[in-house]
Order: sequence, then C-alpha cells, then structure tokens
Amino acid sequence: MIRNHKITNYLFRIAGILIAFLFTAIVLMIARANPSEAFANIFLGAVSTPIKIADSLVAWVPLILTSCGLVITFTAGLWNIGIEGQITLGAIATTWMLRLLQDSGWPSVVILLIGFLAGIAGGVIWAMLAGGLKFFGGVSEIFAGLGLNFIATALTIYLIFGPWKRAGVASMSGTKPFEESLWLPTIPGFRLSIWSIVLAVVSVLIVFILLKNTIIGLRLKAVGKNPKAAVQMGIPTSRYMLLSFILCGIFAGLTGAMQVIGVYHRLIPSISSGYGFLGLLVAMLVNYQILWAAPVALFFAALNIGGIQLPIMMKLDSTLSGVMQSSFVLFYILMDGVRKIWIKNKEKTRDE
Amino acid sequence: MNEFLTSMAGVVAAATPVVVAVIGETLTERSGVINLSLNGLIVLTAMVGFASAYITGSVWLGILAGFVTGVVAGMVISFSSITLKQSQVAVGFILSLLFRDLAYFLGTPFMVIPGPTIGSWSIPFLKDIPIIGQLFFRQNPLVYFSYLLIIGSFYLIFHSRPGLILRGVGEQPVSAYSRGIAVNRQRYLYTALGTGLAGLAGPMYTLNIKAGWNGTMTGLDGIGWIVLSITIFGGWNPLRGALGAYLFVFLQWLGLALQPRLVNVPSQVLQVAPFPLMILTLLFVNIGDTEWVAKMLATLPRGLRGVIYRIIRLLRKPPPASLGVPFERE
Repeated sequence: MIRNHKITNYLFRIAGILIAFLFTAIVLMIARANPSEAFANIFLGAVSTPIKIADSLVAWVPLILTSCGLVITFTAGLWNIGIEGQITLGAIATTWMLRLLQDSGWPSVVILLIGFLAGIAGGVIWAMLAGGLKFFGGVSEIFAGLGLNFIATALTIYLIFGPWKRAGVASMSGTKPFEESLWLPTIPGFRLSIWSIVLAVVSVLIVFILLKNTIIGLRLKAVGKNPKAAVQMGIPTSRYMLLSFILCGIFAGLTGAMQVIGVYHRLIPSISSGYGFLGLLVAMLVNYQILWAAPVALFFAALNIGGIQLPIMMKLDSTLSGVMQSSFVLFYILMDGVRKIWIKNKEKTRDE
Repeated sequence: MNEFLTSMAGVVAAATPVVVAVIGETLTERSGVINLSLNGLIVLTAMVGFASAYITGSVWLGILAGFVTGVVAGMVISFSSITLKQSQVAVGFILSLLFRDLAYFLGTPFMVIPGPTIGSWSIPFLKDIPIIGQLFFRQNPLVYFSYLLIIGSFYLIFHSRPGLILRGVGEQPVSAYSRGIAVNRQRYLYTALGTGLAGLAGPMYTLNIKAGWNGTMTGLDGIGWIVLSITIFGGWNPLRGALGAYLFVFLQWLGLALQPRLVNVPSQVLQVAPFPLMILTLLFVNIGDTEWVAKMLATLPRGLRGVIYRIIRLLRKPPPASLGVPFERE
C-alpha cells in the first residue's frame, strides 16, 4: 500500500507540472503568442550554447545560496520574506569593504575574503533585525521582513546617488566598477567562476549535514513542527528561531557578496535581482529537502536566462519566466492538496 | 490655506484605493482567511482595469473588471485554503508573485498609452459647505463610494446579524458551526467579497490617481503590503483602518511636500519613509504581548502598571482568533 502511495504521489506532482505548463500556454495565447515557439525559445535561450549554459549556472549560484538559507528558516517554521533585504545589505557591506580597501595595496585574495566576510555580517545583521522584531517586539516576521526589504532598497539607492556616486554622473547603473583585480576570477570567455560553483556546492552539503545529522537540525525541526511540544521538551524555542534567522542571514549575505564580487563588480539598485523571493519558491517546492533544491534551482535559473530571449525573439516581456516559476509552485501545492483528499477518500472507502 | 485644502482634498482622493482595499482585507480576515496575495492583486487589477476600460471605452467596465478579477483571486485562495487545506501564507505569497508577473507580462500592449479616466463630480449643496465641502465633496464618485463603504462595513461587522455571524466564524468557528452556521460557506463568501473590494483599488489608480499603465514604472508594487499592515494597525475595524489609510497617505504627501527642504535626500528615500513607520506601528501594536514586556511590567508599581496596561490595550487589537487556521468539522 505504501508503495502504491509513492507512485500516486509522483503522478500528482507530474500532473501539477503539466497543469502549470498548460496554464502558461493559455497565458501566452491570451498575449497572442505561440506557446510552443515561446517554450522553444526559452529552452534554447538557456542551453543552446556553452555561454548560455554558463549563464544559467551564474544565475543558479545566488538562487541555490538563498534556497540554502531559506530551507533552514522553513525548517524552523518561519517565513523569512526579509531575505531580499538581507541579500542587499550583504551586497552593501561587501561594496563598502572593497571601497575602503581597494587602494590599500593588500593582496586581492585578502581583500576579497574580507569582502565576503563583510557581506555575511551585513546579511546577518539585517536578519537579526527581523528576528529581533519578531521575538522581542512581537512583529510578524513577514511584515518586519517586508518593511526591511524596502528600507534596504532605499539605502542602496541613497548610497548610489549620494555618498558613493560616480564621479560626474550618478545613475541607476550603479557605483563605479571595481578594478579587475578585485573581480572573482572567471573561466576565460565566460562570466562563470569556478569558485562560485564550489561555494554553492559546499553550501548545499553543509545545510544537508546540518539539518540531517546534527542536534541543531533536529531541534530546528522540532521547533518548526510543533513549537509548543518543543518548549515542553526543553528546547529554547525563540533562541532556535533566532538562530535559524542568523543562519539564513549568512547565506543571504554571501549571496549579496557574490553578486557584487563575482557578477556585477559594483553596487546596483536591484542588486538582489529577486533571487530571495525566487528562493522562497524553490524552498516551498522542495519541502525542506535541500538536495532537491539543487536541480530545481537550476531549472528556475535556466528559465530566467532563457526568458531573456523572449523580448529579443518574440517581442514578449521576459516576466513570463516569473509566471512559469510561480505557477509551477502554485499548481504543485494545489495538486498536493488534491492528493491528500484523494488518499483520504480512498482509505475511507477501504475501511468501509 | 486654500492651497493646503486642495492638497488635503488630494490626500483624500489618493487614499481612497487604500481605504477600499483595507476594508476588503478587513472583511476577508474577519472571516478567518488572510489574503497575502494583495500586493500582486492590486498590480494585476490595475492593469486589467486599465486594459478593460481602454478596450471598451468605459471606465465603469474597467472598475467592474477589477472587481471580478479580485473575486476570482479570492475564489482561488478560498479553494486552496478551505477546500484543499493548504497554507494560506504559502498560496498567498505565490499568488502575489504570480499576479504581479502576469500583470507585467500581459500588460505590455497597454503600456504608456492614454486611456479613459474617471472625472470628478461634485455633490450639489454639500460641496458648498466651507472646508468640508472642498475636502470631501468635490471628488470623483469612487471617493463617495468609499465613504459609504466605511460606514456600511462598520455597521455590517459590528451592528448587524450577518456581522455577528461573520465575527463568530472568524473567532470561534467550532461554536459557530454547532449553532448551524455553514462556516466554510461564510468564509468563501467574505473572502470573495473582500478580494473583490481590494480589486477595485487597482483600477482606481490606473483610471484616476496615476492614470495609465506603465508596467513596472506604474509604481504600485508595495502598496498591497502597506494595506496588509494598515489592516493590522486598524485592528480589523473599518473605521480605524480607514483612519490608518488616510494617515498613511497624508504622511506620504508630507514626505513629498518636505522634499524641497531636504535637498540632499533622494526622492526614492522619502518614498520608503512609510515602511519604517509601518514597522514601528506594528511594533507598538504588538510589543505589549511579548513575554519580556509582561515580565518587566510585573515589576512596576501598581499605579504605573495600570496606566501602561491601558495604553497597550488601546493600541492593541487582537486578530480574529482563527485567522489562517482551516476549519474542520469533527
């Protein structure tokens, strides 16, 4: 019987994905576009050349990093919607350090390491603000996080147009790019850096081990599943929830640092590029299982990169990628609900 | 003085979509359902409302399209959370992103084109009342609708039998059910009504306050989150919620009015001024509930403690007890 359920589980998931495709196709038809042509353009736009595959991996790194952090907060039963702001603060802190040290004459490796650490600190501070507001102020982490996101964006824009403005013209294109010696070394001819891939893979493994094989992971799960029971078991619930925020802040800060050092080489207004919210979708889809986040995040990243082709090839807006990503998660969750009802009914008829 | 009055009349007009959306969300949440998709929904209805008005040439059909879109969104939320028993927060958040991206994707053909707008219509006699007439009665018809809505929803929730049932469903669904009330049907009804009202907010922007659809530059991304927090600030009471909405838009106006004096602060920074304010308000509303405040208060002398308790009770309004919790009859 259990085996049987496993097969139905997969069938329902596949059905969810198919419905999401169908939904996107209908949306495309409303926009008077040919769905198969659009899907083909997205697919080719993500994988047709080595450069495009590398670009998909470049987008995969921030997405998997944020997913790593969010799986931890989800495990503790928390909605860290403030992750966008945490990424942004990480990026701001990294930019600040690099600006301070770029003329110091120190070896690039040292400066970059300090930059990454500063990014982590920035992310953690912003995460602790949201966590602190929740545990000491009683403010829902969702609203605290959202407010902090908007403040982080405003801070970025203030810095770009104010104290850190480019000599001559301050513009939405961001601060002055750093010297090439402060760029994360990339594979020649590509925008992709081996180091960022290494960081992403190591992060996935760390989170996997943390949640699966450590007492901290076990307690976070207990807190997330049933906070009241966790208190009775003697687990300091709010301390563990705050810890999950801090851990998530580490990954968010790393994401911000990576976007500055490895991708944009400067601070830009939308430095988080929505990877925080997209990471929330990934984390919802994989349901606490970090290993699954790796392929799902790669798929979502490929959709982002492939979507860039839509305005070029078909004069469609690239937000279709976003429509696809969120409809995948929506129909996955809806089908999960249908599955539960279906199983319940089946068991009821069997009992009778 | 006259100039100030004109500005304040502008504040009343600009606050109208916020007021209507806050009341819609209040009705939805009173029944025990959270509509977290509100931010995306307002962007989507803004686009749908403008597009419909542009195609049909009728602003009222545009408004209606916004309402219908809202009702459909509400049905999706109720179906997933009431019938399928999935997390309201999860579905709401996903829909928030989905609606926003749908708006930007489908709205491309309607970008930066002039379309119909709602004109103002002064109410005879009332418009001639000094100050009040100028502030409240030389507006567009939707503003008058919002006045009726504030009073009507307040009466509905607190002074009518359907309102009693609504509150019962949100506070004590089990006992409401045992008295023969179809809890889930009530929730479906008020979720759809509330999201429909929230769906009016979008067209109010694109057909009046910020006429036209400009894609991501329309500047509506964020309003929905503000509406959700004003609903909390309003303590699920339409009068207090409406007051919060007017206060919020007034502060926004104040930020813009002060801008010439704050030359060094970029306009983008002043535009987010409401958000720290939102966090602070939520902090004031909620901090009285936390354990450490309760412990600290216990150590205070009795007289002082009483005063502080009273202030906290005044600020704080507890949410409907079963907000976000699915109802199961056993």
